[in-house]
Amino acid sequence: MKEVFVNSIGSVSVQKTFDTSGFLDDLVDYEGTSVKAVDPNYKDFIPPAAARRMAKGIKMSAVSSQNALKEAGLENVDAIIVGTGLGCLGESEKFVRDLLDNDEQYLTPTRFIQSSHNTVAGSIALDMGCKGYNFTYVHSNISFESSLWDAKLQLQNNEAENILVGAVDELVEHHVTTHQFIDHIKKEPVSMKQVLRSGTKGIVFGEGSHFFVMSNQKQASTYSKLIGMGIYNTLANSEVSHTIMAFLEKNGLCKEDLDGVILGNNGDVDYDTIYHDLETSIFKDIPQYVYKHLSGEYDTASGFGFWMANKILKTGKVPELIRWNDIKVTQPKRLLLYNQYRGKNHSLVVLEKC
Amino acid sequence: MNQGVAITGMGLISAIGNNVADNFASLISGKTGISKVRRIKTVHEHEIMVGEVPLTNEELEKLLGLPPDSHSRTPLLGIMAANEALSQAGIHNISEYSTGLISGTTVGGMDKSEQYFYDFYESNVHWNHINSLHAGDSTQKIADAIGLSKSFVTTISTACSSAANAIMLGARMIKSGELDRVIVGGSDSLSKFTINGFKTLMILSDTYNTPFDENRKGLNLGEAAAFLVLESDAIVSKENKKVLAYVKGYGNANDAYHQTASSENGDGAVLAMEKALKVAGITPDEVDYINAHGTATPNNDLSEGRAILRVFKDKIPEFSSTKPFTGHTLAVAAGVEAVYSILSIQNNVIYPNLNFKTPMTEFNLVPETQLMNKEIKTVLSNSFGFGGNCSTLIFTKEA
Amino acid sequence: MSSDLKQELKEKIIEQLNLEDVTAAEIADNDPLFGDGLGLDSIDALELIVMLDKDYGIKLADPKEGRKIFESIATMAAYISANKA
Repeated sequence: MKEVFVNSIGSVSVQKTFDTSGFLDDLVDYEGTSVKAVDPNYKDFIPPAAARRMAKGIKMSAVSSQNALKEAGLENVDAIIVGTGLGCLGESEKFVRDLLDNDEQYLTPTRFIQSSHNTVAGSIALDMGCKGYNFTYVHSNISFESSLWDAKLQLQNNEAENILVGAVDELVEHHVTTHQFIDHIKKEPVSMKQVLRSGTKGIVFGEGSHFFVMSNQKQASTYSKLIGMGIYNTLANSEVSHTIMAFLEKNGLCKEDLDGVILGNNGDVDYDTIYHDLETSIFKDIPQYVYKHLSGEYDTASGFGFWMANKILKTGKVPELIRWNDIKVTQPKRLLLYNQYRGKNHSLVVLEKC
Repeated sequence: MNQGVAITGMGLISAIGNNVADNFASLISGKTGISKVRRIKTVHEHEIMVGEVPLTNEELEKLLGLPPDSHSRTPLLGIMAANEALSQAGIHNISEYSTGLISGTTVGGMDKSEQYFYDFYESNVHWNHINSLHAGDSTQKIADAIGLSKSFVTTISTACSSAANAIMLGARMIKSGELDRVIVGGSDSLSKFTINGFKTLMILSDTYNTPFDENRKGLNLGEAAAFLVLESDAIVSKENKKVLAYVKGYGNANDAYHQTASSENGDGAVLAMEKALKVAGITPDEVDYINAHGTATPNNDLSEGRAILRVFKDKIPEFSSTKPFTGHTLAVAAGVEAVYSILSIQNNVIYPNLNFKTPMTEFNLVPETQLMNKEIKTVLSNSFGFGGNCSTLIFTKEA
Repeated sequence: MSSDLKQELKEKIIEQLNLEDVTAAEIADNDPLFGDGLGLDSIDALELIVMLDKDYGIKLADPKEGRKIFESIATMAAYISANKA
């Protein structure tokens, strides 16, 4: 079986991550219950004729995917695999609103076309002229991990050499408001520095797009090697630490082999306890990092976590604001990412410096 | 590499039957499920025809022992089909092996989201549906219903090729040893959202759809759920399982031509079929029957017809589209047609392409219009979708 | 034929189709809207069919009918003038 590498990264997020040179050194603070992505100058990436029909998710992904391709030195890939919880939700929401408000009259096709979940993967393929394998995963907060898993399978079996793997979701008002009704999103505004210790129900909603070139060939731009992955639709709280230990063992690792864990804490008092249990038990002696205060929470926020892990491994730097405990390691070599949302769809990813 | 993956169970609910046996009975008696829309209130009711599952949500919930208004229609249909597939595969303990669930859907819980879009602001009665717009939520509800926990559960949405890709991924997971057993397919319910969406593209027929006919006017939307159980050779031999057929080949490609339309010459479709034949390790002349995508839109049938001609050249196997029976069931089309392909292999029949009268002027392709008996060892099934997504599956009698 | 209608159509097309970088003055009455001219495509044609319905009460049943009507601003204006409800 071939090894699997992350050869490049691209990001548009709540932070200025579209600037590929920096690493969270100029943070964007907020005070709210939802937080939008910082827009790059889309015109630098998308011709006006193409941009006129692009939903925000497509625009963000045009930028992050182009940055990833550029860094990998590629013009085309063998496959495009995208994860998205809700696709270009803004357009779907507008289409439903138009439908209801106008009694099913005078509806236009553009919004409907963009509301198809696979519109981002399709749009990138169209733009690049990529006729290869094209997939879209839409399973809540493991949408991105499903994409990674698929890419890993193909690269290990040498069915592809370079795969563009992405993750994208948009922030939409109707979604935010309705999810505030049911306490999935916070009702009271919080700031970036408070959110993870807010002690209130729900999360701060964000948005973003992350793309990576995954390959079975290592090159100068390579960030990391993907060692192992696990996906579990449900786990009882009491099963989480045992599952993680079994996962490490299956991948020939023990917790002492980890130089850090990147946790998906999102500030929801009801569900962060799952992370807290680990912080004080199996991960007690390991550097702990968090990121969702920087990215906001959304179905593919773990794409931001994956982006950050790769930055850490390549640069050897750990920004102060992501430290969650006091344990420090210089030049981390191996990181475990663990994420879940509302106690469901748990994912584990191990990345190694190379 | 060319070993097929065993199919040990299948389940299906569509406009022509609530289970696999009823679907087959309708297929061989030429009974269509297309009618005027009954269950959904739409201003377009006189301009469209659809393939609706006759059971109401209330009836489905009752059959499944679920509380009223607890589920959107997509998971309800999905649970019906998944239960049947597991029952046929004789699976009683779902946790016995490393088992996964991979489902395809386009709308997820859109039927409830559109129904309660403004109600959510007025009262809390339907707040249980707020989070059900997620495609993944419908899959998780199916997983809950079949008792699948701590497992690989995911959802694919590649428009009208979704279930083909779910079956493909499942077969790859079994082959690579990532899972021992996997339930694959899809579920999609009709909604105002899709009816109006397709209406804006002006590809809905106001009468019965007529695939591959010169005078075709567009598609009829349908709804359905279909699941297959795929199992590793180790389980099959250990438990002496009856194998219904094998997933022998699969191919996925992108047409990279247009956001919704297929290319003139069906480049993506050709690539998908060629890849599937290669994975199966067979040549085109070994295909006994093509279950075409055949949506009856002017664009699809021309593009797919040309693609079939490019792959099969002057030896075109018998082919037909079963969309006149079921309507176009979107994400599930490939799941429905996978079950039909397996039934074709089991019963050595080719289904009629209903409503066909006049060959298209662009080429000389005539689908089968009568039920035909023929030994069927290999079926190729196509499914194409928006975003250029093209997928082909090949099913065989022998591994 | 009214030049007001032509001007109105140009502005509506720019707005409806999100042609941010185009001004009404840049579209000549006889410029082709599709292909080499303004570069519109089949999805735009569907958008224009909705515009005919919504703003001028003209319904087209077959998208193919649009091809001749939407050749240019002049042909569109002529069709609308002749068929306006």
